[in-house]
Amino acid sequence: MKDPYETLGLQKTATDAQIKAAFKKLARKYHPDLRPDDKTAVARFKEISAANDLLKDPDTRRRFDAGEIDASGAEQRPERPQQPFYRDFADGPGHAAQDGFADAATMEEFLARAFGGQRGSARDGMRARGQDVSYALPVAFLDAATGAARTITLQDGKTLQVTIPEGAEDRQMLRLKGQGMPGYGGGPPGDAYVELHIEPHAFFQRKDDNIHVDIPVTLREAVLGARIDVPTVSGTVAMTIPKGSNTGTVLRLRDRGLRNRKTALRGHQFITLRVVLPAADEPALAAFLEGWTPKHPDTPRKEMLT
Amino acid sequence: MIRMDDLLATTTDLRPDDLSRWIGAALVTPQAQAGETLFTEPDCARVQLLCTLRYTLEIEEDTLPVVVSLIDQLYATRAQLRALAAAVASQDASVQIEIVAALVPHTATR
Repeated sequence: MKDPYETLGLQKTATDAQIKAAFKKLARKYHPDLRPDDKTAVARFKEISAANDLLKDPDTRRRFDAGEIDASGAEQRPERPQQPFYRDFADGPGHAAQDGFADAATMEEFLARAFGGQRGSARDGMRARGQDVSYALPVAFLDAATGAARTITLQDGKTLQVTIPEGAEDRQMLRLKGQGMPGYGGGPPGDAYVELHIEPHAFFQRKDDNIHVDIPVTLREAVLGARIDVPTVSGTVAMTIPKGSNTGTVLRLRDRGLRNRKTALRGHQFITLRVVLPAADEPALAAFLEGWTPKHPDTPRKEMLT
Repeated sequence: MIRMDDLLATTTDLRPDDLSRWIGAALVTPQAQAGETLFTEPDCARVQLLCTLRYTLEIEEDTLPVVVSLIDQLYATRAQLRALAAAVASQDASVQIEIVAALVPHTATR
């Protein structure tokens, strides 16, 4: 049993008023009904009350000071029957069980997980991996074709470095390990998943590892053949249009497609020619056609007309 | 059940006029049966709390209902929180984690 003066934080010479003030201050701090979460409050409050009971009575205080009774003697006096505290009814486990609630430990565990360590330290059972998070990232067609590094800024100000692999596919999911929500109770963080949404391109189209593109050519280039510049996903390339090419003629640029992620081989670029007539009036061309008799007359609609 | 006379006799410092006033203000609600005022065990504990608040902590009589009301709200909220915790605890682990994760952004940064 602790010395009652020590319990109340008083000198032996304390006045009655000082005893009363000290008890009031400590009772305000440790009354169990005012601290429903504090398991030590009942014991502390009993100790404070016992010390107060002993010291507030001048007779017992004198006998204690004279060494006639010890500190625990005060406790044995029948003056203060131990009554239950109000929280034992308003907040006790019995109350919880009656309503079909889980025990108090369930609540404490939940609160500790939900609101951090404020209500007791995390236990092993509450360790949990953080939540995974997912984001959708719009990616330009050419960035996906050639690969790119991007930094995305999340709503909470955190940034994520995302490496878009060469030849990335639409709806491809990238996993960024440990970049999700933080873990609980010392558990590891979750992962971030980034889904790539590849935007369409103005003229390139992708089919598997191959790129398809329509290339307009002039009448002269188609009839006479030509060397022209064409765009590819990895830059401009010069290619030869063979003499007598036509709308619908498909040419292949070997290894100018996308690199396959598994085989590391590149696909091809397929070019579909589209012959365009001169946009402006060309009297000389018209005059030529007026006087032109084809050597092999074409009947292009023959199969459509019966 | 404890009769009012017995309660007054066993509760240190409790004054009869204070107890009557607290009953009148519905700070404690004993049952009236056959002309007797009867206190349940929780009622007695509540009277003990009122005594501590009024006599030890020297809370003014006018202020006492405010303090008691706040304490009652605290325990009511705790009961609701416990019910919520029990409901969460009965869910699958993945659901529990999601609920807890949804709560995390609302707490102060740690």
